[in-house]
Amino acid sequence: MPNYSWPPMDQRKVMGKAHNRLDGFAKSSGRAKYPSDVNREGMVYGVILTSPHAHCTIKSIDTTAAQKMPGVTAVRVTAPAGTEIQWAGAEIAWVAADTEPHARDAVRAIQVAYNVLPHFVSEEKKSKAGTRAKPAGEQTTGDVDEALKAADGVSEGYYAIPVLTHSCLEPHGQVIEWKGDKMEYWPSSQAVSTVAGDLAQQLKIPASQIHVSMDYMGGGFGSKFPSDIWGAECARLSKDSGGKPVKLFLDRATELTIAGVRPSAYANIKVAGKKDGTITAWQSESWATGGFTGGGMPPIPYIFTGIPNRRLNHAAISTNAGGARAWRAPNHQQACFLTFSAIEDFAAKIKMDPVEVLVKNLGLTARAALYERQIRKAQEMADWKKLWHQRGDSGSGNIKRGLGIALSTWGGAGHPSECRIKINPDGSVELEQGTQDLGVGTRTVVAMVAAESLGLTVPDIKVKIGDNAYPVSGPSGGSTTVGGVSSSTRKAAVNALEQLFLKVAPALNADPAKLEAVGGKIQVKGDPSKSMTWKAACQKLGVSSISETGKNDPKNPMGLNTQGAGGVQIADVSVDVETGVVKMNRVVAVADCGLVINPKTAESQVYGGVIMNICGALMEERVMDETLGRVLNADMEFYKLAGIKDIGEIVVHMDVHPDNDKRGVIGLGEPSAISTIAAISNAVANAIGVRVPRVPLSPDHVLTALYGKNMERSRA
Amino acid sequence: MNNFEYINATTVQEATAALGSSWSDAVVLAGGTDLLSLMKDYVMSPKRLVNIKNIKELGTISKAGTGLRIGAAVTFDQLASNPLVRQGYPSLAQAVMGVTSPQIRNMGTVGGDLCQRPRCWYYRLGHGVLGMKDGKSLVAEGENKYHAIFPSGAAHFVSASSLGPALVAMGAKLKLVSASGSREVDAAKFFIAPQSNEAREIALLPNEILTEVLLAAAGKNATYEVRQKDALDWPLATASVHLKMKGTIVESANIVLGHVGPTPYHAAGAERALVGKTITAETAMAAGEAAVAGAKPLSQNAYKIQLARVAVKRALLEAAGVKA
Repeated sequence: MPNYSWPPMDQRKVMGKAHNRLDGFAKSSGRAKYPSDVNREGMVYGVILTSPHAHCTIKSIDTTAAQKMPGVTAVRVTAPAGTEIQWAGAEIAWVAADTEPHARDAVRAIQVAYNVLPHFVSEEKKSKAGTRAKPAGEQTTGDVDEALKAADGVSEGYYAIPVLTHSCLEPHGQVIEWKGDKMEYWPSSQAVSTVAGDLAQQLKIPASQIHVSMDYMGGGFGSKFPSDIWGAECARLSKDSGGKPVKLFLDRATELTIAGVRPSAYANIKVAGKKDGTITAWQSESWATGGFTGGGMPPIPYIFTGIPNRRLNHAAISTNAGGARAWRAPNHQQACFLTFSAIEDFAAKIKMDPVEVLVKNLGLTARAALYERQIRKAQEMADWKKLWHQRGDSGSGNIKRGLGIALSTWGGAGHPSECRIKINPDGSVELEQGTQDLGVGTRTVVAMVAAESLGLTVPDIKVKIGDNAYPVSGPSGGSTTVGGVSSSTRKAAVNALEQLFLKVAPALNADPAKLEAVGGKIQVKGDPSKSMTWKAACQKLGVSSISETGKNDPKNPMGLNTQGAGGVQIADVSVDVETGVVKMNRVVAVADCGLVINPKTAESQVYGGVIMNICGALMEERVMDETLGRVLNADMEFYKLAGIKDIGEIVVHMDVHPDNDKRGVIGLGEPSAISTIAAISNAVANAIGVRVPRVPLSPDHVLTALYGKNMERSRA
Repeated sequence: MNNFEYINATTVQEATAALGSSWSDAVVLAGGTDLLSLMKDYVMSPKRLVNIKNIKELGTISKAGTGLRIGAAVTFDQLASNPLVRQGYPSLAQAVMGVTSPQIRNMGTVGGDLCQRPRCWYYRLGHGVLGMKDGKSLVAEGENKYHAIFPSGAAHFVSASSLGPALVAMGAKLKLVSASGSREVDAAKFFIAPQSNEAREIALLPNEILTEVLLAAAGKNATYEVRQKDALDWPLATASVHLKMKGTIVESANIVLGHVGPTPYHAAGAERALVGKTITAETAMAAGEAAVAGAKPLSQNAYKIQLARVAVKRALLEAAGVKA
């Protein structure tokens, strides 16, 4: 078997060197065409009629008037009379028309009578949830009561982190065009190789009839794996419109209402321990919702799973609201926020530096040595020793500065992936893979791996992805992409090169096994005088190209990729205690992703994760109205997201280290997006002297923590 | 959005001739940054739009005696970069620079700012300016953290105008023109707290166009805005102050709060607290304290009392050039 191992760290020519993303110019110049940019001749536009009520049944529905509206080509009903609706925004009927305005007018002409039923949308008041709260059953380890009694210090707190929406910049949707029995499908998707099969199942047609193309997509964060009812109804609207292509993308309000949420989490937590910082007990009563089907249970205590005495109670609450979808590190932000807020409160209680409390207890984690190295590095980068102070000891003046820290953990092993590499007689190289670039640099990374493996440069590789005609590669979720695609690319390139060596060896009068590809040449190992250029070597192929594949098998990744990344982030904030406005000074992120292929796009991934979580820490929350049962801020106005001036400085340290490198490639998308919220929350507590229990750390929540709900405490 | 007729007026006469007797007949279009989204959401569906962006005289800023005349179609960007404004009326420039989107500053106009509809989420979902359902206020029992702490009757929304408080504080007059004539109203009287869901929150009539803003020479003035984000965001509370000074002593003060009530809120108590005093951190804070006396917060917005108080303090210090 050929040697697929990564080249030794010090011998890499392309991998490990910062490379600009290949599609940077296309994107920044607007040349990159996203699925929502696809326009086809004769295309019609799909618009959805959604429920204005959070809980109701459909008494009657009449589409007669809509069908007669100008430009209408199809009207479909998916919630006929008798259907029970469980959240506002749920789909009822669908219209296709020659223009989007015509489709919207027709949707408004559909007559629906509703039987409105009681709803429940505000899960924070658990006592009001009644039978909608489903307890998971108590989990106990050790003797918590005894440990609480024996402790030198016990912290007790309430912590709340709300439902967020994915808010994909490009909403969910697709363009679909039938060509006879065959279908052209342009989805905004995280799953180029599998989404056609999913749609085929919904439509009960062979998957082989569906051709998927997707060069770019505008954000998914875990919410864009399936084809969804939006894909199926788009296809049916097209059929009903006599085969006209249909463009159906959710509008902004619908996107923020039904296209996925991150579950909330609320908890009352006690942490107990000794004066020296040793944590001895954890007790939590938590609840959460992810919509009608309830919510996921955050894995708490997070990372410090070895706390000897633990008692956990959790309840999942069903609400009449749009459902949860995977959200960039599902359950981890919530678990990280709950755990590291509670541990920081314990550290404050015993007046110890939280860094030392964390280090003291690393034995309770699965990666003590790695975390210690990362914590110390982050501590140094953040000037922790100079800037950290006891909680609230921030001096006079109305601007208070504080630091906070939190850790993360993630898997990130490579998914199943196949890659084909073609070497053509003219010397050109094509790389084909049914993967997708969610904007993270996948294109660039596979080109770098191929170039490294073939002794070429990145521009020598023509990367072809985003098409389900290419070899199958897994969906991009769980930070599994980079491990999968880099490993399959490596293997395909090594296999193709082996074939090329067989063709070239006679001309060089050498054993094929003694050849190597370096610097655009094929040469005899140890004897560079016996060489020929890549181009000359490829001419030896005559008229036939080499076409070889390589596969990543997650059961046997052969050391090319692995799982298990740790990370540490420190937030440095300034809080105006007169206004409650929190400003980011800096986030320091020490990130581990094993072997780093492209430091530049890896750093960008961390920037993205940190920025996303700065929004989550300071601004984002889905606001539900109890009376209406509707999302009040399903827009980009009051669903607040940070702009560039709100971000502060982000300093990334990729933990490039021989110990990490030898583990192989590990995904980074999710681990970078876990610990920022907890770190910022801790930094704010450190700055202002009290815990703000509720995320986001918006002025109302910060001022309420400082001065009371009615501003009854004195304002210094 | 419903279909509508489009009139591209090039003179005020043409524009007023195209207006109707009700808001559903015709609405004036300038920058469109608010109106178009209202129409797309079917909150407003006028039969006709009258574009006034091509009426040249409405797009200029000029000296008027010792004061200033600002055309209603002047953009935020024009206003903020005009030397006369920056020099004599920094309060206005500061107010519009709070609109932290260059796109909106390039499109949004002075008249549009004054005539824009409330951002109240219940209003935007079609429950009227009072935010009513089944005869009850959705605001009072609902999500009201961005709503008024100085409500007026049933009106709990906050006036969205950035320029309103500054213009009220400086005693500006607004010129309203109809086909049959014109009138001038005080900026303070232009804003109205409606008591029915159908009423408008400004004194403009459906057959009128706001054509210009007239300002007398101003004393020291400033606007301070408390906003969570540096990126595009609505203020949580603002204060505009206008001081007539004798040396370092305040002879008279006009203090007007924004985003705390359905109209710019005239803080008379704060004004009384300042007269005869020098502006210091202490007197400014005392004025802030006086400004919020009588606030009636809702279930979620008591924090805005603190923000209003601080906005007054900081606007006063800014206007007086005092470093806190």
